[in-house]
Amino acid sequence: MHFTGEHLFPGQLGHFLVVLSFVASLVATIAYFRSTVAKIPAQASGWKQLARYAFFAESVSVFTVFITIFYIISTHKFEYAYAWNHSSMALSPKFLFACIWEAQEGSFLLWTIWHCVLGLVLIFRAGKWEAPVMTVVSFAQVCLATMIIGLYFGSTRVGINPFMLVRQLDVMQNAPIFNSPDYLSIPQMRDGQGLNQLLQNYWMVIHPPILFLGFASTIVPFAYAIAGLWKRDYTGWTKVALPWTVFSAGILGLGIMMGAAWAYESLTFGGFWAWDPVENASLVPWLVMVAGLHTLVVYNATGHSLRATFFFFIMAFFLVLFSTFLTRSGILGESSVHAFVENDMNFQLISLMAVFLVPAMLLFGTRYAAIPHIIREESSYSREFWMFIGALVLFLAAMVISWQTAFTPIYNKIAGKSTAAPEDPEFAYNKIQVFVAVVLGILTAVGQYLRYKDMPRGVFIRKAGWPLLAAIILSLLISLFGGINFQKHGPGFLGAIHLAVFAAVYAMVANAAYMWVGLNGKLKSAGGSIAHLGFGMMLLGILISSAKKDVLSKNNGILLNFDPKSKQDPTENLTLIKGLRTDMGRYWATYENKDSTGQHGNITYFKIDFQDKKSGEQFTLYPNFIKATKGQEGVSGNPDSRHYWDKDIFTYISATSLDDESDTVRFKKYNVKLKDTIFYSGGYMILNNVSINPAGTKYKVGPNDTLIVADLAVLSSDSMKYRATPAISWKGADSRFLFDTLFAQNLALGFTGVNKDAHTFEIQVKESGKMVPYVALKAYEFPHINLLWLGTLIMVAGFGVSLRRRYVLSRSLTVSRRRQGADAGRS
Amino acid sequence: MKKTHIVLLIFIAAAIAVLVSFTGNLTTYETVASARQKPGTFVRLIAKVDKSQAVEYDAAKDPNYLVFTAIDTLGNTTRVVFRNSKPPDFEKSEKLVLNGRMENGRFECKDMLMKCPSKYKDDPNVIKKNLTVIN
Repeated sequence: MHFTGEHLFPGQLGHFLVVLSFVASLVATIAYFRSTVAKIPAQASGWKQLARYAFFAESVSVFTVFITIFYIISTHKFEYAYAWNHSSMALSPKFLFACIWEAQEGSFLLWTIWHCVLGLVLIFRAGKWEAPVMTVVSFAQVCLATMIIGLYFGSTRVGINPFMLVRQLDVMQNAPIFNSPDYLSIPQMRDGQGLNQLLQNYWMVIHPPILFLGFASTIVPFAYAIAGLWKRDYTGWTKVALPWTVFSAGILGLGIMMGAAWAYESLTFGGFWAWDPVENASLVPWLVMVAGLHTLVVYNATGHSLRATFFFFIMAFFLVLFSTFLTRSGILGESSVHAFVENDMNFQLISLMAVFLVPAMLLFGTRYAAIPHIIREESSYSREFWMFIGALVLFLAAMVISWQTAFTPIYNKIAGKSTAAPEDPEFAYNKIQVFVAVVLGILTAVGQYLRYKDMPRGVFIRKAGWPLLAAIILSLLISLFGGINFQKHGPGFLGAIHLAVFAAVYAMVANAAYMWVGLNGKLKSAGGSIAHLGFGMMLLGILISSAKKDVLSKNNGILLNFDPKSKQDPTENLTLIKGLRTDMGRYWATYENKDSTGQHGNITYFKIDFQDKKSGEQFTLYPNFIKATKGQEGVSGNPDSRHYWDKDIFTYISATSLDDESDTVRFKKYNVKLKDTIFYSGGYMILNNVSINPAGTKYKVGPNDTLIVADLAVLSSDSMKYRATPAISWKGADSRFLFDTLFAQNLALGFTGVNKDAHTFEIQVKESGKMVPYVALKAYEFPHINLLWLGTLIMVAGFGVSLRRRYVLSRSLTVSRRRQGADAGRS
Repeated sequence: MKKTHIVLLIFIAAAIAVLVSFTGNLTTYETVASARQKPGTFVRLIAKVDKSQAVEYDAAKDPNYLVFTAIDTLGNTTRVVFRNSKPPDFEKSEKLVLNGRMENGRFECKDMLMKCPSKYKDDPNVIKKNLTVIN
């Protein structure tokens, strides 16, 4: 059958380029491989040239694929499944990118694109390491290309083609809609399903690209490590790989924290971190990458810890692949807030892990003995010893988190059991990680004052003593007067929190002091200290804001509680009746009104006024509800916060009279002519007029909308007169009923139909005692949450400073080597 | 033995101890019938909202009191008490994971996890439904 109105060219081009990128990266892999193993220099450079052309071709293809998808989405070509599933006409243009990452194919594409960018930089910068390193990168590109290639081998499909048409989807086979050649003119094909409402947030535009750059960049240290093992040049790569490692750890850290900021701003689990498997999956590779970064620095300075460095880089990259498997295979099932759907790519995802892990570990295992190491032990008063311990703690923390995240789903799958996370899953993580924080905080502080190799004890104690004393005093002040009183998990955990507060403060004080004492204020070379200062600040922010998180909206049983038990459980939702000033602990809260905005009125803002009882300070917050997309009923809450330098007042709406399903009273239908009367229990009403697009109504009318408004006069038995104007609105073929409510009379009125022949209008009337407009509000105070965000910025800045310095050092290294080479040639 | 090895062994021993205790704290997924076998034990009940029964929630009275009937895949039902607000996506959820305890014949739910068909990824069945329902 020939279908009209389809634009097939972009899809054909796109899919051709996907296949081309697969072929080109395969050619690049083989050519780089041959170049690496070639014995004759001329052969090596010949293969390398071919490999470069192939990699360029691959990069151009991948970029064009991305542009093509963006074109399809931004021009609303809904014949494509991608556009139809993930976007809609109503979507604000700034979220078009978020549509691309909403789907699995798009995030694989993003990953591939970053590999291309990193690969291009490596081609220009890697020098003699180009061929082996790029063999690894190109091979990863082959693997990623299979994820979006969407080809069938027999009946097995490999990858998901992002350029599928809606009618080509498996589930759409035999759908009656496609019996018509002009199916695109059917209303439900003229608009897409829209972007998930939770992703309609600006963080979702920038967080995924940064996070995926972080994921993608883990391949570079990995590839250098593999190249070192492969070429049996175990030590030559460590200095050139260092800037890449710093970059990877910095960007991945930034990406993770952007995700935390998104969760804080747009999710209603009430915080920035919930130990969700998706969060853990990004944290774990970061921890291991940071461990590898530290052992790499140790090796470059002292010659210790090289074997550990190889291991950490292999693991960091493997854990990225493992995360990919966990979050995309559907194996997490019940344990995540994200709903994952099982798909048929599990085999492919498991293979992806295996093709990297098995050869890498074999190579590492067989060459392990040949990797240089120092037999003499590190001194206990040396920096390298404690840095190694720190790296070990980071790695073990990552392993514990991985185990806690992945044990139950994998065990259930293999053993057919039905185990689940502990009763309080967050506490299961926190009670362990709080001690990790203690150890890391102290190590970051002490480590700075130790020298590499060895140092006299007296010097160490003299230098490190003052910051320790200052930190003890400061943290005691916080512990005594900071109001940290987290009793929920008993005195043991509270003690651990106090200890961790000390460790965090110590890390901050010691690193800040070290910048002046140890480095004489030379900020250029203080990258490590800056990053550690930021890390300490993050820890402090996490500890204080979580341990002191305070529920402001306590419902103290003023309203009906049926069960005495409800007093024991946290009752964190406070009902605010419209216009009624309500006591909310330290504040007065008033629900003023609500307002719908967005192109289709899909976002409802609730205006809530707050007044501080003590200071009298007034402010207004606008938490909102976004209507669900993709044909789903319901709404999602979006929080709004009042930011102070020392705290956030964080609020969101947990329920409202809008979606009150318990209101079982039904509408009664009346078919009436103009000037007819309808009676209700409290009086009667008259349909005065019905008009099309009248001026001066409360409805917003777009240029292409048609609005029919029924004008009703309502007269109550107590002689009050009201006016109600329910309406029907059309936008194209899309009609909506706009109900009108008279709260004073507990009336809801709808205008739902016109019968042209009988000249009657259908009016629906509902009387309900539950019409009082209200919202249920949750309000938290997060004290000192800004420490977390500021700490993040400082840490990332520290990585930046360090990256610059390490880059300059590694450049001067190559330059001096070249000079030495030239001198040697001359003499 | 080197210091590093000693530290390594201590850490690994600590990590194993932690993981063993974690494994001991694990809970289980249950059906309504199997949850009734373990009254008072914290379990995770996999079920969905029985839409044929009334959902009691009146935020104007008490925003922290939601009562509904959950039905599992075997067709067994139980009343569920959830002392919190009704989550915004409650009605559209296709599946619920209810965390709590069976007490006096009712399920006292501490918190719940909702599985909404298209929260993160696309469920093909929903796509199909959206296209065919209107036909």
